[in-house]
Amino acid sequence: MAKDEFEKREFKIVGTRVPRPDGLDKVTGRARYGADMSAPGMLFGYCLRSPHAHARIKSIDTSEAEAMPGVKAVVTRADFTHVPASGGTKDILDNVMAGEKALYDGHTVAAVAANSRSAAKAALKAIKVDYEVLPHVTDVDEAMKPGAPELHQGRQQESVPEGFSQNVLARSQYGHGDVDAGFAKADIIVERSFKTAATHQGYIEPHACLASMGNDNQADLFCCTQGHFMVRNTCADIMGMESGRLRVTASEIGGGFGGKTTVFLEPVALMLSKKSGKPVKMTMSRDEVMRASGPTASTSIDIKIGVKKDGTVTAATGDFRYQSGCFYSMNGALGAMCGFAPYDLENLKTVGWEVVTNRPKAAAYRAPGAPMAAFAVESVMDEIAKELGMDPIDLRLLNGAEEGTKAAYGPTYPAIGLKATLKAAKAHPHWSAPLGENQGRGVGCGFWFNFGGNTSVSLMINPDGTVNLSEGNPDIGGSRASMSMMAAEELGIPYEQIRTIVADTASLGENDVTDGSRVTFAVGLATIKAARHAIEIMKGRAAATWGIDADAVEWVDGAAQPAGPNAGKFPPLTLKDIAATMSKTGGPISGHHEANAEGAGVSFGTHICDTEVDPETGAVKILRYTVFQDAGKAVHPDYVEGQLQGGAVQGIGWALNEEYIYGEDGTLQNAGYLDYRIPVASDLPMIEPVILEIPNPGHPYGVRGVGETGIVPPLATIANAVSRAAGVRMTSLPMSPPKLLAAIKAN
Amino acid sequence: MSRIHVNTTINGDAVDYLCEAEDTLLDVLRDQLDLTGSKEGCASGDCGACTVELDGRLVCSCLVLGAEAGGRTVNTIEGMADGDVLHPLQKNFIEKAALQCGICTPGILVAAKNLLDHNPDPSEEEVRYWLAGNLCRCTGYDKIIRAVLDTAAEMRGAA
Amino acid sequence: MKFQTPHSVEDAVAILVADPDARVLAGGTDLLVRLRAGHMTPSAVVDIKRINGMRDITSENGGWRIGAGVACAEMGEHAALKADYPGVVEGAELIGSTQVQGRCTVVGNLCNAGPAGDSVPALVAAGATVRVAGPNGTRDVDVIDIPTAPGKTSLKEGEFVTSVFLPARAANSSDAYLRFIPRTEMDIAVVGCAVNLTLDDAGVVTAASMSLGAVGPKVKQVDASALVGSTCDDAAVEALAAAATAAATPIDDKRGTIAFRKDVSGVLAKRAARAAYTRAKGAST
Repeated sequence: MAKDEFEKREFKIVGTRVPRPDGLDKVTGRARYGADMSAPGMLFGYCLRSPHAHARIKSIDTSEAEAMPGVKAVVTRADFTHVPASGGTKDILDNVMAGEKALYDGHTVAAVAANSRSAAKAALKAIKVDYEVLPHVTDVDEAMKPGAPELHQGRQQESVPEGFSQNVLARSQYGHGDVDAGFAKADIIVERSFKTAATHQGYIEPHACLASMGNDNQADLFCCTQGHFMVRNTCADIMGMESGRLRVTASEIGGGFGGKTTVFLEPVALMLSKKSGKPVKMTMSRDEVMRASGPTASTSIDIKIGVKKDGTVTAATGDFRYQSGCFYSMNGALGAMCGFAPYDLENLKTVGWEVVTNRPKAAAYRAPGAPMAAFAVESVMDEIAKELGMDPIDLRLLNGAEEGTKAAYGPTYPAIGLKATLKAAKAHPHWSAPLGENQGRGVGCGFWFNFGGNTSVSLMINPDGTVNLSEGNPDIGGSRASMSMMAAEELGIPYEQIRTIVADTASLGENDVTDGSRVTFAVGLATIKAARHAIEIMKGRAAATWGIDADAVEWVDGAAQPAGPNAGKFPPLTLKDIAATMSKTGGPISGHHEANAEGAGVSFGTHICDTEVDPETGAVKILRYTVFQDAGKAVHPDYVEGQLQGGAVQGIGWALNEEYIYGEDGTLQNAGYLDYRIPVASDLPMIEPVILEIPNPGHPYGVRGVGETGIVPPLATIANAVSRAAGVRMTSLPMSPPKLLAAIKAN
Repeated sequence: MSRIHVNTTINGDAVDYLCEAEDTLLDVLRDQLDLTGSKEGCASGDCGACTVELDGRLVCSCLVLGAEAGGRTVNTIEGMADGDVLHPLQKNFIEKAALQCGICTPGILVAAKNLLDHNPDPSEEEVRYWLAGNLCRCTGYDKIIRAVLDTAAEMRGAA
Repeated sequence: MKFQTPHSVEDAVAILVADPDARVLAGGTDLLVRLRAGHMTPSAVVDIKRINGMRDITSENGGWRIGAGVACAEMGEHAALKADYPGVVEGAELIGSTQVQGRCTVVGNLCNAGPAGDSVPALVAAGATVRVAGPNGTRDVDVIDIPTAPGKTSLKEGEFVTSVFLPARAANSSDAYLRFIPRTEMDIAVVGCAVNLTLDDAGVVTAASMSLGAVGPKVKQVDASALVGSTCDDAAVEALAAAATAAATPIDDKRGTIAFRKDVSGVLAKRAARAAYTRAKGAST
């Protein structure tokens, strides 16, 4: 366990609502996103994609395309001659450029770069691909059965028992106690099966990049990503180049939610650039984003929970079957770990299954694997509360996890905020507000691990006393503001005196991807420590100036001062004073911190939602929505609220209308915003965020990640609300009107 | 292929450009005029990230041909501030944290300004329906709607 | 691809006759989507908005003539048109977002010949006609006869629709259009239903028409005689709903199921009939 970093203190800047440093650029159209950069002599690159769900690529003839006017390069898998060192990267290469087989509708099979968009698109049509169409499978339960069309051979792990298709790649198991003995003690046992459709992260900015690679094997890449160091490492491995020769600069990012934690276009653009000798810009259309970039898993889940009459859970089991598209992903394991994480259970057994199907390789989506698991578990908890006639919050408080509880996935919890969110929910006026006809109220809990990871930060003191902070994580929701705030807090200087930038891969040490809700925690921690490092240096300069021991200097309100009467009487030297003379006192001053950060605090949330169901059409209206979540410490409350609100609304979309719809032929039927229905402004009420602050012992200010937990409870919360409003338990997502009306009529 | 010569007015300036018949107004703005504040999120009129005013009416610039803009006036996000003075909506979007990733922000600002130009006192429901064609995936719309309503109130107070 | 901007109907017809692969551009909100997706590769796009009259709403013989280039938002802003045909206007105003409203046209919506076009059912229920210009001059055609199948129209080579005409309103008449969509905006209708009514001074329905969208290959006219002679009481409205459900011949697709569309056809028939009735009564006071 990480050491206790938390120190209680009064904050001056952290916790305030300052304007973000990138705000002006973003309200004036000046901010440069992935598709907004150009280079002299730039070509436009486009991908040719498989129209088949599953097909052997017998041959590809690019000769006609190569001869067309304006066409400067055509690439296929044959151009990627280097075999990546990492197995995971090999899968990524197989995903970005199909090898022997196209594994899903939209799988890239070739790409073209030409001197105009129209020339490139015309050339795509001239590429001849000879496919042998193979049987396909897109449903998780179908894919697991022996005899199902199989995507790969020899990839099944030893953990999978006999009797399953090769599509089942892995099985994992979690839990403790004796579930048979536990169920024997139960007065009531509720068992239900659930299904959830795959959804897409739905970021508004399509993937885009600009690559420039020369025959000296040096390259520059500008792209929208959640992690440009990951892009560098992955692309270098795919291209067979040394990572130091590839510099990646992150553009402003137009949403990611986990979907930009891998690469799609980038290696292709590099190869096109290498082959053509010119910069190549690639952008995906929305159709391509939907067909070929990161949807989440679709699932099939069985949950069984036994309780005593007083509501005490005696045993629980869960079987979490997740398909994550055409390559391995650990979504099922994450579901098996997270579903019961909010509870203190004596006897628990969960199993996670990783299954491949003819769909695009799943990418992370905000707490990957957890929302579907919570949907299933929390729905059964709601059924139990109804059967017992018990307040569903009371049932959760009775069985809720707290400090010292052995978590469903193994470890023992330190201080956590689950019960605080439940108590806050119960005390909130929303919980006791009256409901009208056809209306129902649901509650649900959710958990996410949160993450720390590799982090590097540099903090530079400039001669005029301003400060620059370089961090290596793309700012996806206001993190530059948070970092400036934490640096200002430590240094004791005004927020405006600091400018934080996201440095490129050649300017800073390694950084993990912006994922796992890690940035405010881990980069914040590194920022605080980099500032403390700079303070130590500045204290040393002051000590030398005064001719006293460095230990006799303290840093107070942005200035060095003698640490007490014994240290001597000197007027304080401010940061600005020290900066002005630094070239004479020893040279430039900067602080830095590099670490693989541990101590990320887990986070819990509880949501309440009121819905109204039209019993004649199955239409659902969200009437009221309140989010309670433990943030540890909200550095910038506006942006914490934004995470809670945004997560809830993505969950609303998932619960009600969003789904990947595949046709009989295995092609995606709704590859656009018209029929992939993310919530629009008129669908929604205001989303009330209630931030709780139970400090994370692993962070100096108590910060916990907040980005992901907010999407975990909504699926269950809304399902519970709809089920109560409609009088029928909904076990399949999305609860689209045809599905809900059919359930109402069948009841 | 011979290209079409178009004379138009963009953000108050006379502008001319050559475009192919297939080029959308959004293609022209982004690729030729380097006005990249208008974004392409879908190219089908479903996301609103490319919203501009054409003769004072909101349009998706992805659904207008560049050749159609001849003799008309186009206003984009780049023309919204008056020099270094931000429009009150721009100022409030920063102050009230009405953006996260910011990719939808230009389209939403252009659409919200057009609303307030026509209706200085919209209800929450009117703002929500007016902006239904501007998708935002980060914020859940809450802070956006509040910023528009607060700006409307502020502008009415100042008027 | 060429871009053409004729300034007269005759010039436009001449272009279309000379170039059968040319496509007419009005609002462009469907055409440009298809162009960009590569679903259509016309040899030329003929922008008709610069032809005189194409962007006008004019009173004619007590009714209304709406040019083929009139944006749906402009219909919504026309108070007198809206007072006569609130259902036609609400159908037009339901197409797309605020941004799409500034460009899309009812004639485009009709000639697109999608089964789910929001503006078409109310036009059909209203007995609207369109004026078609072509190499042999002009002809007037009932709206219902323009679409023939999904994506197909009865327009002949060289022809295009220049306007739609809504006939003069009898006293105590009104209409309503309702659609079902999963969200509150931005969706294609899963079912659309328009009801058009005329009442006598006592509030008894003397004439009724109904049409349904998205439940067949084209807009479907449904017998609404169940309402005639009634005051839109529950029994009459239930009978109308049964007629709507029976008449619907939808398909299962990504937007809805057969059972759902048939059920919702009846629900919307009831609701649209009541809305139209309330309006027609209001119109009489």
